[in-house]
Amino acid sequence: MVSFKRIFADLSVFRREYLRNRTGFFFALVFPVILILIFGAIFSGGSNGPIAVYAQNHDSGPIGAQFIHAMNSTNVTRIFLLPNNQSLTQYLQSNSGDVGLYIPQNFSSSLRPGNHVNITIYSNPSDTSGQIVLGVANGVVNFLNLRLANSSAIVGLQSQNVVSKSYSYIDFLIPGLIGFSILTSPMFSMVNISSEYKKSKFFKQLSLTPLTKGEWLVSKVIWYVLLSIISFVLMTLFGTFAFHAHVGINAAVIPFLVVGPLFFVSLGMLVGTVTKSVESAGVIGNIITFPMMFLSGTFFPISLMPTYLQAFAHVLPLFYLIEGLNNVMVYSNYSQAVTDVLVLVVISAVVFVLAVRFFKWRED
Amino acid sequence: MSAIEVQSLKKHYGHLMAVDDISFSVMSGEIFSLLGPNGAGKTTTVEILEGLRQRDSGEVQVLGMDPWKQGYNLHLKIGVIPQGFRFFDKSTPREALKYYADLFNVKVDPDQILREVILEDSKDVIFENLSGGQKQKVGLALALVNTPELLFLDEPTTGLDPQARRTMWHVIQELKKQGRTILLTTHYLEEAQLLADKVAIMNKGKIIAAGSPSELIEKYGSGKRQVMVSDTLEDVFVKLVGAPIEDEGNVVKPAVS
Ligand SMILES: Nc1ncnc2c1ncn2[C@@H]1O[C@H](COP(=O)(O)OP(=O)(O)OP(=O)(O)O)[C@@H](O)[C@H]1O
Ligand SMILES: [Mg+2]
Repeated sequence: MVSFKRIFADLSVFRREYLRNRTGFFFALVFPVILILIFGAIFSGGSNGPIAVYAQNHDSGPIGAQFIHAMNSTNVTRIFLLPNNQSLTQYLQSNSGDVGLYIPQNFSSSLRPGNHVNITIYSNPSDTSGQIVLGVANGVVNFLNLRLANSSAIVGLQSQNVVSKSYSYIDFLIPGLIGFSILTSPMFSMVNISSEYKKSKFFKQLSLTPLTKGEWLVSKVIWYVLLSIISFVLMTLFGTFAFHAHVGINAAVIPFLVVGPLFFVSLGMLVGTVTKSVESAGVIGNIITFPMMFLSGTFFPISLMPTYLQAFAHVLPLFYLIEGLNNVMVYSNYSQAVTDVLVLVVISAVVFVLAVRFFKWRED
Repeated sequence: MSAIEVQSLKKHYGHLMAVDDISFSVMSGEIFSLLGPNGAGKTTTVEILEGLRQRDSGEVQVLGMDPWKQGYNLHLKIGVIPQGFRFFDKSTPREALKYYADLFNVKVDPDQILREVILEDSKDVIFENLSGGQKQKVGLALALVNTPELLFLDEPTTGLDPQARRTMWHVIQELKKQGRTILLTTHYLEEAQLLADKVAIMNKGKIIAAGSPSELIEKYGSGKRQVMVSDTLEDVFVKLVGAPIEDEGNVVKPAVS
């Protein structure tokens, strides 16, 4: 018979150990905030402004200047004019300016039907802003071409956002970092506790009391659920107030804050149980944890990864946690979130049962 | 009535026979001491009796139960100080007692138990700051929470200073007066001689001698009783186990029995 009295007795001892230990306190409350502040500071702002384009206008006629004016008025690019006696490519290299625009001599006078003249865009192929500038310049060039041909556009383009509001990177980052802290805090400490308690015969000692293995594990799960709720609140508050993240707090996050810790407490326990020593437990724990930490859409969307890695992400439990939190907090896509919860519930139940089965209070 | 019955108990680890066909019994209300050098198999034996280790073969009854199969029920009735006892570093003795009382679902007066084991003065000191002797007393206090009729004390005085050891002896004698059965392992022979009703000396997994301290001295002693210095259990131990001793400045290694 499961006894809640025993579970809460164990919970209260464990909580005391955790909080009286400064490292525990740090990881519970300070670390999530630091995480948000660091990543928020790195990724917020900056990327939203117009792209800087360094240009040289060798044209003596009016069209070169008009071209630059047209580029500027898109608000996507901002042109910085360089003096003509300088080498544009050398300037770009030495100042790490990524995109350059070159308007040749006699540009205006060359513009007549049957003639051909080029505008050159310099860009760094590894940088996406080059592609954007190319697109903008292309638009202006097309417009010029049409005008020269005395024609007007027939097919127009209208752009509309598929989602009702626009997202910034920080919105996406907050669920990722919450998932990250739900992974790290229980996983690392359970791997350590389970192997350490085994070594120091602590489990044997507990087995001499009526406390059962399942009750002991449940008490750890409850503790890490509480911690994950606290870090969820802290991270969301800091993200919202310090970095203007647009994330929703609603009751739908609760299943994730419960099942996530359940899964990682059980997994950590299982790793500590099936390994022989504290050291090998640590190594195996890291082998499992690190790929999951980076490939589950924690710091960047998995759509940025090659397809084989995306497929791999779909077998990582943390992926479903983070996807689910994103669906609930950012995209309000609840039907997809239900799928995420179900996947997590099933794998957590399996790992919890395995952990209780394999972990031994006493020796054969 | 016997509290513990052991018949032909065996346990091996790989090629090592840690416990090699031993038999003994412990009567209710007595203090039984397992003596032996490091690695003799004392802890292995005790852990089998506590239901913490599975035996290879042999019959074992503790309070009428099979400790491995009926461990959960047995644990409600026994108290244990494991060898090298430790508790959560940041908990005080009083908090530790509260924890155990909740686990066993019993009402205890923590102060009463702490007085019993002479630990009242340190009841609010966290475990990691307690001295070695105080830590052992926490172990004893916890072992008493469920008012066990049978106590297993595995080297409860190892590493303690003479003063702390004497307090522990006093507490153990008080417990015996309350009618509890105690199985005590120790390396200290004077401890066994003072406390134990019966002693079994183990070496390399076997019991090489058993009986009351006076019987052992009678049987294996040198018969020096007429002179001022009489044989102690220590003399018997050294003779049986063959530890080197300092004798008039020469290191003598007595013949191993
Ligand atoms: N889990 C184990 N695996 C392998 N060997 C073990 C294990 N536990 C004990 N042993 C070995 O069994 C033998 C008996 O050990 P045990 O702990 O029972 O001795 P002991 O009499 O309690 O010694 P001490 O006085 O040092 O506590 C030793 O040689 C020890 O190395
Ligand atoms: Mg021992």
